[in-house]
Amino acid sequence: MAEPSSQKIPVTVLTGYLGAGKTTLLNRILSENHGKKYAVIVNEFGEIGIDNDLIIGADEEVFEMNNGCVCCTVRGDLVRILDGLMKRKGKFDAIIVETTGLADPAPVAQTFFVDEDVQKNARLDAVVTVADAKWLSDRLKDAPEAKNQIAFADVIVLNKTDLVSKGELAEVEARIRGINPYAKLHRTERCKVALSDVLERGAFDLDRILDIEPDFLEAGDDHDHDHDHHHDGHDHHHGHSHGGLKHYHDEEMQSLSLRSDKPLDATKFMPWLQNLVASEGQKILRSKGILAFSDDDDRYVFQGVHMMLEGDHQRKWKDGEPRESRLVFIGRELPEQIIRDGFESCITS
Amino acid sequence: MSAFEPGQQASIASVTDRVRPLAIGMPVSSIHFLGARAAFVGAEESVSLVDTEGEISRVTVHSGGILCTASDGSRIVMGGDDGKLVALDARGEVTPLAMDAKRRWIDNVALHPDGAVAWSAGKTAFVRSGKGEDKTFDMPSTVGGLAFAPKGLRVAVAHYGGATLWFPNMAAQPEFLEWAGSHLGVTFSPDNKFLVTAMHEPALHGWRLADSRHMRMSGYPGRVRSMSWSAGGKFLATSGADAVILWPFASKDGPMGKEPAMLAPLSARVSAVACHPKQDILAAGYGDGTILMVRLEDGAEILVRRNGTPPVAALAWNAKGTLLAFADEDGDAGLLTL
Repeated sequence: MAEPSSQKIPVTVLTGYLGAGKTTLLNRILSENHGKKYAVIVNEFGEIGIDNDLIIGADEEVFEMNNGCVCCTVRGDLVRILDGLMKRKGKFDAIIVETTGLADPAPVAQTFFVDEDVQKNARLDAVVTVADAKWLSDRLKDAPEAKNQIAFADVIVLNKTDLVSKGELAEVEARIRGINPYAKLHRTERCKVALSDVLERGAFDLDRILDIEPDFLEAGDDHDHDHDHHHDGHDHHHGHSHGGLKHYHDEEMQSLSLRSDKPLDATKFMPWLQNLVASEGQKILRSKGILAFSDDDDRYVFQGVHMMLEGDHQRKWKDGEPRESRLVFIGRELPEQIIRDGFESCITS
Repeated sequence: MSAFEPGQQASIASVTDRVRPLAIGMPVSSIHFLGARAAFVGAEESVSLVDTEGEISRVTVHSGGILCTASDGSRIVMGGDDGKLVALDARGEVTPLAMDAKRRWIDNVALHPDGAVAWSAGKTAFVRSGKGEDKTFDMPSTVGGLAFAPKGLRVAVAHYGGATLWFPNMAAQPEFLEWAGSHLGVTFSPDNKFLVTAMHEPALHGWRLADSRHMRMSGYPGRVRSMSWSAGGKFLATSGADAVILWPFASKDGPMGKEPAMLAPLSARVSAVACHPKQDILAAGYGDGTILMVRLEDGAEILVRRNGTPPVAALAWNAKGTLLAFADEDGDAGLLTL
């Protein structure tokens, strides 16, 4: 029954803490002359300044799945709305789901993993988080929702950069990077960002997992820094700086990257990964990997949200391409040593 | 019974040559009969009325998607994503019944034989009695399904965490039937003894109304989207598996402790079921476009439509059981006269 992903309608999830500028970005997307029609699922009517007959009010109902797993939650209202929207296939090109400022993006994303009918018709494209350059640092301290939204993001639109100094901007970026160094980050004023930077990202498309490298802004990065620094430091409580760029390690939410240039044993790795997400899935918000298995000429890729994983062979390893495995986990209080040791045990000797 | 494969088509009785093919020309979401005319309800905007000669006339009913329908044989009541509830009668006339003040989607609708209508928008359920009195009731979560009890003015509302039995004309507290999970469809057994919901997960849940005893009906590979009671209510036929799953409801315990019958297994999933209104026969539509008529007693099959098309979207019998109408997801439809 699987349909090619290109025929499925892309769904962009727009998150961001209260007042960060989600509605500004949404209005920008809808008003730009792109020749596309969007169905927009919002939580509050009336804030959108654009006439669009495909604006649907949602109730943000988070339902637990009946499988005994507390983090397997879905957006029940989204299942219903997407079902109804499919009656109007052909009337729109893409769907944007705006969440409330206090929402956890996970149930939205998980809806696309769990529901068979949703999967048949639509595909999750990316989680886009709008962050307020002036207030995000404070919110990361007092609002767990804001931290979740940053950790979960594929794209971060760091908005209102005109309201902060260069130093403050560097500070907030460093805090974002301390949580999620992998998301694409765009600095904006009034959410002025190219639509191609927020839409049609294919962030959940297994075919488009190309590399797993931290994303650092080139602009303003006038120094050399080590791309692997984000987890080898010992400065757990305060920022420090290398040549001007601050590095933070968020006490609660971190990313953990693993790498091996020796092939993995698939018979060990797969059960290990499944057990890991089964036991630690509540802490793991996002996971992603490119894997090189012994006796396998294909690249294997996977991605996950909490306990839900999907993976597949992607393509043949190219001649000359280093057959290297890379994994990243973003989560809360990750048991780093246990994960590292477990991963090591899957490497063929 | 062996699985039915294309190569074995010759081995079963066929009435495919007696089907009048119809080009509805739009995706169809449900079918109802209004007198002698078959009404093919589109996925959006309009309904195609087809008479016994195959003459098609199209009526516009909504300015967007048509999300839910119910019929009592004399009219079809429909809810749309335009926030409107409208009725279509056998003459093809459209009557607006209600308009949601916030233009919310009308997600569910149900009809009572005495003319009462129930509908829902978001968490709010509405009932308009046969005398035209409106009552509303707010549920704890979005309404997943609505059904009138066969007797009295009682409405079952399916939602997250169970179903609520609401008596719109009584001051009494609604009765809450609890079961964890999201309930998306609901139906009373014709004898008024059981309530069955279709869940978001691939399972049904049931309650015996006398004592609220639970009935778990699981094992489906896919969500159950189509349920139909056999004539007299002895069986509940359901979609969602590679065979028609038929739950026995004849005894006072319903399906408790019993296995369902599995009829007409194919290598495609059942997408729609419709029991004959008078005899123990059902029509089943499949994900590969096949339609079979199946005798409940022994599972004997008659081929109505061959496979190789989009999934069957809807099936319906007329009240006398002399006509079977069907349509696939692309609007390729047919009418079989028995």
